[in-house]
Amino acid sequence: MNEIPVTMTVNGEDRAATIEPRLTLADYLRSECGLTGTHLACEHGACGACTVLVDGAAQRSCLVFAVQAQGAEITTVEGLAEAPGEPTAVQRAFEDCYGLQCGFCTPGFVVSVTAFLRDNPEPDDREIREALSGNLCRCTGYGGIYAAVRQAAAELAEAQGGAS
Amino acid sequence: MKAAPFRYHAPSTVAEAVDLLTEHGDEAKVLAGGQSLVPIMALRLGRYGHLVDLNRVDGLRGVEAANGHVRVGAMTTQSAVEHDPMIADRVPLVAAAAPHIGHFQIRNRGTVGGSIAHADPAAELPAVAMALDAVMEVGGPEGAREVRAADFFTSMWTTSLADNEILTAVRFPVRSELQGFAVSEVARRHGDFALVGTACAVSVDGGGVVTDAAIALFGVGPTPVRAASAEEALVGTGPDADLGEIGRLALSGVDPNDDVHASGDYRRRAGAAIVARALGTARDEARGGRS
Repeated sequence: MNEIPVTMTVNGEDRAATIEPRLTLADYLRSECGLTGTHLACEHGACGACTVLVDGAAQRSCLVFAVQAQGAEITTVEGLAEAPGEPTAVQRAFEDCYGLQCGFCTPGFVVSVTAFLRDNPEPDDREIREALSGNLCRCTGYGGIYAAVRQAAAELAEAQGGAS
Repeated sequence: MKAAPFRYHAPSTVAEAVDLLTEHGDEAKVLAGGQSLVPIMALRLGRYGHLVDLNRVDGLRGVEAANGHVRVGAMTTQSAVEHDPMIADRVPLVAAAAPHIGHFQIRNRGTVGGSIAHADPAAELPAVAMALDAVMEVGGPEGAREVRAADFFTSMWTTSLADNEILTAVRFPVRSELQGFAVSEVARRHGDFALVGTACAVSVDGGGVVTDAAIALFGVGPTPVRAASAEEALVGTGPDADLGEIGRLALSGVDPNDDVHASGDYRRRAGAAIVARALGTARDEARGGRS
């Protein structure tokens, strides 16, 4: 068989497997790691539902072969919160602002927005809209999603101000 | 929506990668960022027996300045050039183009060399390379060679790279004083492929008269193209030049396709408008100059 061993860290846990090179990181996370929060829709990079952090950078996990993640540190939507029942500011904001409708696209949005606000803590309207353009919501729930980004940004700014 | 099976190779030097490409011939394909290649494979538009992944090849990443140009390693991500202060200062057209490429999640993995070697006719970086007369550094079995952008793009998704050659770096000339730049495009959603787009560079003299102009168009044919007659018409003009007329002239030389997203006629008219807009922006920036 054309299979290759691969090791990586997923949500802080060391993982090892022997897999076919054509297995995408998205399918690896779902089928080998049981982390089904990473959603797959278009499977060619257009929709963003499968977004995860690869060494901290938000990427489409359907456009990375799992063998390419050898040695990488992966964070999925399941790994964002510090503990079960303690959602992050971004996750709370999506709930508060009705930033999810059917919820299918939500993991990708939450991961993308988490990375976006980490790198740009005080975004303006245009920057938020551009950042959100990489994820599709077929329910067209963008109003709530946009509001969630605003709320999360304000909350994170306040937390930072309080900490300094 | 899964790729067909393939053998995966992760060489650590250009020479090893070239050897693998030579060994496997047209069965092999180079994998850079994969943001175009993986969708092609997932949609089964392409299937390859062997993928040669350049991500672990030493020395293909990074941006450095030397002798009037900035050299960008082929595997440098689009995000890296988007946020590089030296790129913003010395090759502003690359910085202006970067935000239009896909979305930030795509740019985090997509590479400068991958985009240029993929040679999508609707992509931004090939047009930027054309506008700036960039030089491609190529590695192959005979060693290194250089190719000018004008000789690099030969047809849709096709370049003058041989099957066993790799694009290793792109050299962009450093901006000069009194030069301005702009990228403008029409896309259905920010980050989608352009229906039509342009990358422009304009130089002026102390009196504000245009001394040099580059107008590269993308999304209008099988390769990015320079609008030579419009460039000539702009040179020698002052602030009163009719940029709308220059824009129409730029698009008069191309015959864009009709497709489900836009007619060729729409592309020509929208293209004329955005060329005029981009030239205005570039010319204003050039006049502002740098002190």
